[in-house]
Amino acid sequence: MARLNIVDAINLALHQEMERDERVVVLGEDVGRNGGVFRVTVGLLEKFGENRVIDTPLAESGIVGTAIGMAVYGLRPVAELQFMGFLYPAFDQLISHAARIRTRSRGRFHCPLVVRMPYGGGIKAPEHHSESTEAILAHTPGLKVVIPSTPYDAKGLLISAIRDPDPVIFLEPKKVYRAIKEEVPEEEYTIPLGQAKILREGGHLSLFSWGAMVPPSLKAATLAQKEGIEVEVIDIRSIYPFDIDTIINSVQKTGRAIVVHEAARTCGFGAELVAQINEKAMLYLQAPVERITGFDTVFPLLKAEEYYLPNENQIIKEIKKVMTF
Amino acid sequence: MLSLLGKYDPLKGEMAQILDKDGRIVNPDLEPKLSNDDLKTLYRFMVLSRVADDKALKLQRQGRFGTYAPVRGQEAAEVGSAYALPRSDWMFPTFREMAAMVVKGMPLESVFLYWMGNELGNAAPEGVNIFPISIPVGTQPLHAVGAAWAAKIKGDDVATLVYFGDGGTSEGDFHEAMNFAGVFQAPTVFFCQNNQYAISIPRARQTAAKTLAQKAIAYGFAGVQVDGNDVLAVYAITKEAIAKAHAGGGPTFIEAYTYRLSHHTTSDDATRYRTKEEVAFWEERDPIKRFQVYLQGKGLWADDYEKGLLDEVTQLVDKATDKAENWPAPSPEDVFKYTYAEMPWTLKEQLAKLLETLG
Ligand SMILES: Cc1ncc(C[n+]2csc(CCOP(=O)(O)OP(=O)(O)O)c2C)c(N)n1
Repeated sequence: MARLNIVDAINLALHQEMERDERVVVLGEDVGRNGGVFRVTVGLLEKFGENRVIDTPLAESGIVGTAIGMAVYGLRPVAELQFMGFLYPAFDQLISHAARIRTRSRGRFHCPLVVRMPYGGGIKAPEHHSESTEAILAHTPGLKVVIPSTPYDAKGLLISAIRDPDPVIFLEPKKVYRAIKEEVPEEEYTIPLGQAKILREGGHLSLFSWGAMVPPSLKAATLAQKEGIEVEVIDIRSIYPFDIDTIINSVQKTGRAIVVHEAARTCGFGAELVAQINEKAMLYLQAPVERITGFDTVFPLLKAEEYYLPNENQIIKEIKKVMTF
Repeated sequence: MLSLLGKYDPLKGEMAQILDKDGRIVNPDLEPKLSNDDLKTLYRFMVLSRVADDKALKLQRQGRFGTYAPVRGQEAAEVGSAYALPRSDWMFPTFREMAAMVVKGMPLESVFLYWMGNELGNAAPEGVNIFPISIPVGTQPLHAVGAAWAAKIKGDDVATLVYFGDGGTSEGDFHEAMNFAGVFQAPTVFFCQNNQYAISIPRARQTAAKTLAQKAIAYGFAGVQVDGNDVLAVYAITKEAIAKAHAGGGPTFIEAYTYRLSHHTTSDDATRYRTKEEVAFWEERDPIKRFQVYLQGKGLWADDYEKGLLDEVTQLVDKATDKAENWPAPSPEDVFKYTYAEMPWTLKEQLAKLLETLG
């Protein structure tokens, strides 16, 4: 086993899936010769050639739209969009077509497409390079949305996404692309979509997060423990479909919950979790379910970025508030 | 003066040029009638751009700048076109148009402030008609067409000029902009800086067409390819396209054929996808050197002039750097207060909470 970061783990998954299944093709801007602007696709062009690793013209609608045609025709395209902020030209294709092919053809066709992209803030990037709009995607019937937060999960979840019969949006938290290294098995393995992961058990409070908000959530849990508060930290991982059993079991055990996400607050995915908890565990609750989120504002440029992103200090403060409700 | 717009056929790959790579006049009848002061001003802006660019790269390496997209190699395309744009006309820049913006009246310290990560740097001063920099590639041509169309509807004598790269011509929005401009005869100049690459992707991967300029033909208006490293040709062509727009002649597409001598941005490593030989070929076509030779021939350039100029612009760049660096950091309120004309309760609540957290 090798110690890999998220970039390397995804790269390994792509290599192995392309090796295993010749229907898998990778396409996007700068994915070939340049190996991707974050180097996620390095080495693929050299190994699999220009027919399967495709540097496209600069056109997101073109990339996703043609990938839909490829997917329905029988390939397994893995499209890369350079940043989540440049996903929007492809919205019509994703929402009106990728998500609906199965429905509109009454099951005659389906769209086994993966669209990968780096997302989220925290790297002091220019405008449009920091947003997280996973909720819009999760709100679209027919799309699956996956967000790994560790190298191990990144590999297993991507392999599942590629083998999935439906379109999967695979969001890569770029703040932690290279921040975490862990043992990642060389052999192929899958992590089923739709399963959350309990990262740390605790009986007093459930803390739900995903992507780059997982590390500060874990740090806050460690700090809380020093004060005698046992926090259960759960990485949602799969935003849609999401793991309702793990979520509700945890809340039934702890009676208190907080959701942490960096996306804007209003209609963020946290709102859905709060609603689900209310519907399914209301009578177990000892305090209102709280959210720690980004703001309903444009993501600020780097000089003001620190104001926007939730951090462990905010989380620990909120934990104490919920505990003393 | 001869009309340049109809003279060069983009389908045949014909390109307008006045100064060749060695600074010799190859088309004397096309030479724009510019005063010596104008010529020296063009040169000064190009040198200023080069010095500001180098400073930006240095500051970025020292962690004092965010990601930056250098202009190097494209000074003639930017300065020549922006200089042809009257003050009342509107400019729609991308992230690479530092030089064009400065020519149009954007204070250099604002451009620096923006790349240092303070959004205030995106706000053009009153009377400077520059839209905020567009980072989503290919999106802003539609705005330029809309603004030009609005000017036409309102009866204003205003044209617009929009910058974008070769990569930008692949986006759907670009084609919709060209089509609307043609249909509604919008007074817009589409100024494409074909610097041969969109990050690592060469121009040939953006279109199977021989030139980008020929795309205009399908939309029903003139397209012309110009040597983008020849500031005189760029100026002359843009001037004519702008005059045509003001005279009710509708849109024009200009393809400035140039080269990005530096990396795509400070996050990029151009050695991964292009050869030293290729870069050297274009170094020989440096737009500044070529224009310098031309000025020297006219008795407008000498070593001591260059030295004085370098001193002057270096001081200007240093001052802009100081000003931008000493700008007060954005406040928490700054993140919220421009989202809407009036803050909804959601934002007020979130801001109050942030202020409470910060103590
Ligand atoms: C819609 C969109 N997709 C992708 C990107 C990422 N990106 C930034 S610049 C760039 C290349 C742009 O090339 P070109 O239009 O030729 O302009 P240049 O950078 O060469 O000036 C890319 C792909 C973006 N900013 N916007």
